[in-house]
Amino acid sequence: MKTLTALLLLGLLPLQVSADMNIFACEPEWAALAQEIGGDLVETYSATTALQDPHYIQARPSLIARVRQADLVLCSGAQLEIGWLPALLQKANNRKVLPGNDGYMEASSFVLRMGATTDVDRAKGDIHPQGNPHIQTNPHNIAMVAAALSTRLAKIDPINSEAYENNLNRFITRWEAAILRWEEATLGLRGKRVITHHKSWVYLLSWLGIEDVAHLEAVPGIPPTAAHLSQLTGQFADGGADAIIRSPYQHAKASEWLSQRTGIPAIVLPLTVGGSENATDLFKLFDDIVERLQGVCGDA
Amino acid sequence: MRVVILPSVVLTLLIALPGAALAQDPEIQALRAAIDELRADYDARIEDLERRLAVAEQNATQANYAAQQSVAAPTPVSSGGNAAFNPAIGVVFQGFLSGVEGEPGEEEGFAVGETELIMSANVDDKFTAYLTAALALEDGESELEIEEAWVETTALPAGFSARFGRMFSGIGYQNARHMHTWDFADQALAYDAFLDGRYVDNGIQVRWLAPTDLYVELGGEIMQGEGDPSGLGAHTVFGNVGGDVGTSHSWLAGLSHLEQDSGQRLDVAHFVWKWAPDGNWRQKNLVVQAEYLENRDIEKNSGWYAQAVYQPVPRWRFGTRVDAVDLEFDDPRRFSVMLDWSNSEFSRLRLQASRSDSDLGDDSAWTLQYIHSIGAHGAHSF
Repeated sequence: MKTLTALLLLGLLPLQVSADMNIFACEPEWAALAQEIGGDLVETYSATTALQDPHYIQARPSLIARVRQADLVLCSGAQLEIGWLPALLQKANNRKVLPGNDGYMEASSFVLRMGATTDVDRAKGDIHPQGNPHIQTNPHNIAMVAAALSTRLAKIDPINSEAYENNLNRFITRWEAAILRWEEATLGLRGKRVITHHKSWVYLLSWLGIEDVAHLEAVPGIPPTAAHLSQLTGQFADGGADAIIRSPYQHAKASEWLSQRTGIPAIVLPLTVGGSENATDLFKLFDDIVERLQGVCGDA
Repeated sequence: MRVVILPSVVLTLLIALPGAALAQDPEIQALRAAIDELRADYDARIEDLERRLAVAEQNATQANYAAQQSVAAPTPVSSGGNAAFNPAIGVVFQGFLSGVEGEPGEEEGFAVGETELIMSANVDDKFTAYLTAALALEDGESELEIEEAWVETTALPAGFSARFGRMFSGIGYQNARHMHTWDFADQALAYDAFLDGRYVDNGIQVRWLAPTDLYVELGGEIMQGEGDPSGLGAHTVFGNVGGDVGTSHSWLAGLSHLEQDSGQRLDVAHFVWKWAPDGNWRQKNLVVQAEYLENRDIEKNSGWYAQAVYQPVPRWRFGTRVDAVDLEFDDPRRFSVMLDWSNSEFSRLRLQASRSDSDLGDDSAWTLQYIHSIGAHGAHSF
């Protein structure tokens, strides 16, 4: 019992009273966006890093402790975090951030999700009935979430509503200029064909007009099998694709293996902020994605 | 766009007509060079504008897409958790094929283990409810056992929550874990010896979580206990702390105490350490877990286990466990190894081998186990 008391005291030491709004983001892109819209008025914390597969996260004590203190939980949704977020919310005893309250927001609710299905047969793999949750790879989606986030922050913290609106306007001005720049720079990529590891890139590819011709995972969420890879080797032996794309948290082996046998270059694209050395914020994330795609598919 | 193109055409005409005849004149040459430069510049700008036009067209498509989106998603619908069906229903199938050498009379052959039926949903904006029923075959007879049936508050302030009904007690680490989340086919000896597998009872549990970055959870329960069926004959207190060390390591430690009016006093200390490179659990991970139980009833006895489970590549895990109890009449020790394969997070096949030494004799056992789940499946806790 003495040890317990000691541990308890130890736990109370870092107790800090902070006036800032605490935002618990499930993924780094939403933490970065919350920082853009919230500015100095918010403290953001990202539950995951760009090197972690957000489908598979442990409901760690540290995350429960963060959700306990959060004023807003901002996640991709569409069941991306179904394996861990419900456990955090259940253990965190924080009524503000439970689904249905203002403190809970799913980014994917504010965009048109691709690939929604009523076919929930798990024989077809890791299916997201509400659509593909990796919405952040289309910058137009980010803009829509930004607007919704600004409205939500103003609702939770009405005193600073003007500041959130100003931050949003400033962000959107810069973001739209950047989108124009990215779209200009990638016109030459329209019609290119790529093979992806997992269906993480559907929003990026549809935005840029790039065709998603095959996946390394035969069944979504189940690691690439030798049989499927050798079938792809035959299919793409004479080219037919311009690049093989994977995320930083996916194992390099499958895409390197296929690349060696087909001569199609394999590349890593940052899926979110922090996914590469250069992708330090949302703007640089897309700068880096565009640059990497041009490096491998560009005509120049 | 046309306005820009026209001057370019005019300029071209201007230099094309008198050009050939007056080519010798240096002044004219300079003029022509200047015009050429101008033309090149205009060509570049026209090309640029054409590109911008293409982008603008693309943007119009995007704007159209965005407009569709605002129509398609007028009201953000929360899809958190298992709200897709109400209530969320899941079934977990488990079974064993086992053999024992050395000690006759032990269970051998094929056995269908507990089939867990899990239902859960929010009751309203202030309560959530959860039910697990275990369907089992006992001596050829079907049995339905209510494992857990509780209601929990979701709207208490200041980091509190209360749970009431029948529940797995919050003591220890292994106690509240459902069988399908066990890393070995059987329960640790100490839990079997002191809690008959686990402590499950009817009562009220209150938990409080500190508003700190270090995870600090305190809780207590008042339970029915073993004695008077209408009374409240047992209570528990427990505390857990946990956190991360860098992005690759995380840990949880706790102490708990159970006291029954019937005389039992049980203390449990537990510790769990999890590791995954960069916290990317999918690819590779290691879990080390240990618990120590001290039981005082008429005698003072103790037991413990320590285990490590390693997943070197996705889907495959292997693990080892040592568990022991010191009882007045015997002090059995057991060593187990297991290998399991999970095609997805919904299916698992496991092979386990154990070697036990006790005063009553030594035996070796092996088990082939399956754990498969369908329907909604709640998120697993740490």
